[in-house]
Amino acid sequence: MAEVILLKTRGLKRHFGGLKAVDGVDFTLRKGEIRAIIGPNGAGKSTFVSLLSGRIPPSEGTVEFDGQDVTALPAHRRVRLGIAYTFQITNIYPSMSVLENVAVAAQSRLRPSFLRKGASETEIEDAARAALAAVGLDDRLDEVAGVLAYGHQRLLEVAMGLALEPKLLILDEPTQGLSDSEIANFIEVVKRVAQSSTVLLIEHNMHVVMSLADRITVLERGRLLAEGSPAEIMNDKAVQAAYLGEPA
Amino acid sequence: MTIPNKKLFALCLVVLALLFMAQFVLSNYLVLALTRILILAIFAMGYNMLMGYTGLLSLGHAMFFAAGLYAAGLANYYGGVSLPIAFVIGILGGGVLAFVIGLLALRTQTVSFMIVTLMFAQVAYLLTLYFSNVTGGDQGLTLPTASRSFSLFGLAVDLTSPMVRFNIALTLFAVVLIGLFAVTQGPLGRLFVAVRENINRTEMLGFDTYRIRLLAFTISGAISGLAGALYGLMFGFIGSSFAEFRSSIEVLLFTLVGGPGTLLGPLVGTGVMTMLIDRLSGMTSAYLIVVGVLLIVINLWFPKGILGTIRDRWVPWLK
Ligand SMILES: Nc1ncnc2c1ncn2[C@@H]1O[C@H](COP(=O)(O)OP(=O)(O)OP(=O)(O)O)[C@@H](O)[C@H]1O
Ligand SMILES: [Mg+2]
Repeated sequence: MAEVILLKTRGLKRHFGGLKAVDGVDFTLRKGEIRAIIGPNGAGKSTFVSLLSGRIPPSEGTVEFDGQDVTALPAHRRVRLGIAYTFQITNIYPSMSVLENVAVAAQSRLRPSFLRKGASETEIEDAARAALAAVGLDDRLDEVAGVLAYGHQRLLEVAMGLALEPKLLILDEPTQGLSDSEIANFIEVVKRVAQSSTVLLIEHNMHVVMSLADRITVLERGRLLAEGSPAEIMNDKAVQAAYLGEPA
Repeated sequence: MTIPNKKLFALCLVVLALLFMAQFVLSNYLVLALTRILILAIFAMGYNMLMGYTGLLSLGHAMFFAAGLYAAGLANYYGGVSLPIAFVIGILGGGVLAFVIGLLALRTQTVSFMIVTLMFAQVAYLLTLYFSNVTGGDQGLTLPTASRSFSLFGLAVDLTSPMVRFNIALTLFAVVLIGLFAVTQGPLGRLFVAVRENINRTEMLGFDTYRIRLLAFTISGAISGLAGALYGLMFGFIGSSFAEFRSSIEVLLFTLVGGPGTLLGPLVGTGVMTMLIDRLSGMTSAYLIVVGVLLIVINLWFPKGILGTIRDRWVPWLK
């Protein structure tokens, strides 16, 4: 059976002034896989996934999602097509409760038009609770999001992504600041999510990458340096030189 | 259908009941004052919907109040349209103008948004003066005596009676209050607050925030127009002073004092401030300076307003 391509970029570029943050990336993602993107600081990983989500427009190139060219679509339309993006720098509603934060995401899926009727408040809140339970925040529903510990805010960010039930979940360094036990739980969460959606994961923690990734893409200076199975990447000379060779 | 935030809903009903009872204990003069407060509180509720819940600070809401006032008043004065229909025309006037202005103004944010709304409102004000042969300019127009009463569903309504005016104002206040309860406390209100708290996040959760803001702006303008139409028709007078910058500032002040983003804040703020302004303008002609100083003081030391402060300290459901 032919593999189904979920996402494809061609010649994707993003320049900031003279800086080529993403510099001509051809990238393909298969439906159902967990893909890790690794690379040194400043390699262009966050910029690359921002181009996928539509958060920033590309300088050149195209993005195709689920058989459709989405290059010209604004971010909110891409979210509705099934691309969920969680921010590297935590981006939540600080003065709202934990439950309300995730309820906004759940509402986007369950009640997409704000003028037409959709799911009830109860259904929206139940969906939000379920997403919070998945990341283990269900005992903090009424706490104000802005006062949560950093690690919990990261998990809240992930829960907002989960509540969208996306076809593609993009996670930008989700485990930064999490404790070991939270990381262990997070790995389980992603494994469960991956049964129904595709996951694109930017991650510095190699333990997380090795536990989850089916394939790994290595970016360096805005270019695709290597791509392959975890074993292939670990043994790749160029990668070792560019990335793994660096002291952790 | 279940009612969200039941405590707040109950409080709204209690407040409405108290207001209804007030007409039996207050003097005629105070009933008149309360009638004015209720109409201006409707205006402030419309403003609060945009500024308090959605976080968009407009400096030009006088134009929507005036749009309602003129649309209703001119339809009655020149077109001989009956008062109930003129009233509906006033609401549409405010809503349609807000939709059109919103299409343009909402392309800007924060300070530019304040300036753009202010500019549109000044243009609107100048237009009312420029076409003074139609609008009556700053002299205004007094609606014909025939428009001091009307019949609705066979019921004769006499607008020269203070009690009748009070009960009409209270009825419309109640309708707007309950309507805004439904809007702000449910899924739509969640989106308005989400836009206020973090617009980029809301966009990245799949919402077209331009459309959400346009909707908030239009609702806000329609309610402001409703208040303007009510004011003009009930007191039988339309004049360009309602379109002045001062009206935009006053409605901002009422909202800030009462507590932006609280459902009952506009009523509290309008009540407190109109009482105060009445006293002040009796004592000094420079009361606008006092208002200006008050704005600054509130902004610096009291940004949540009366009900906002109470909410944050003691009563979290007061939103
Ligand atoms: N908005 C921006 N304006 C200017 N330069 C930017 C902008 N965003 C990113 N850059 C630059 O582009 C390059 C790539 O940044 P990016 O955040 O994509 O890297 P990254 O691989 O995610 O790094 P990290 O591992 O540190 O998160 C960096 O040099 C960064 O300084
Ligand atoms: Mg990054």
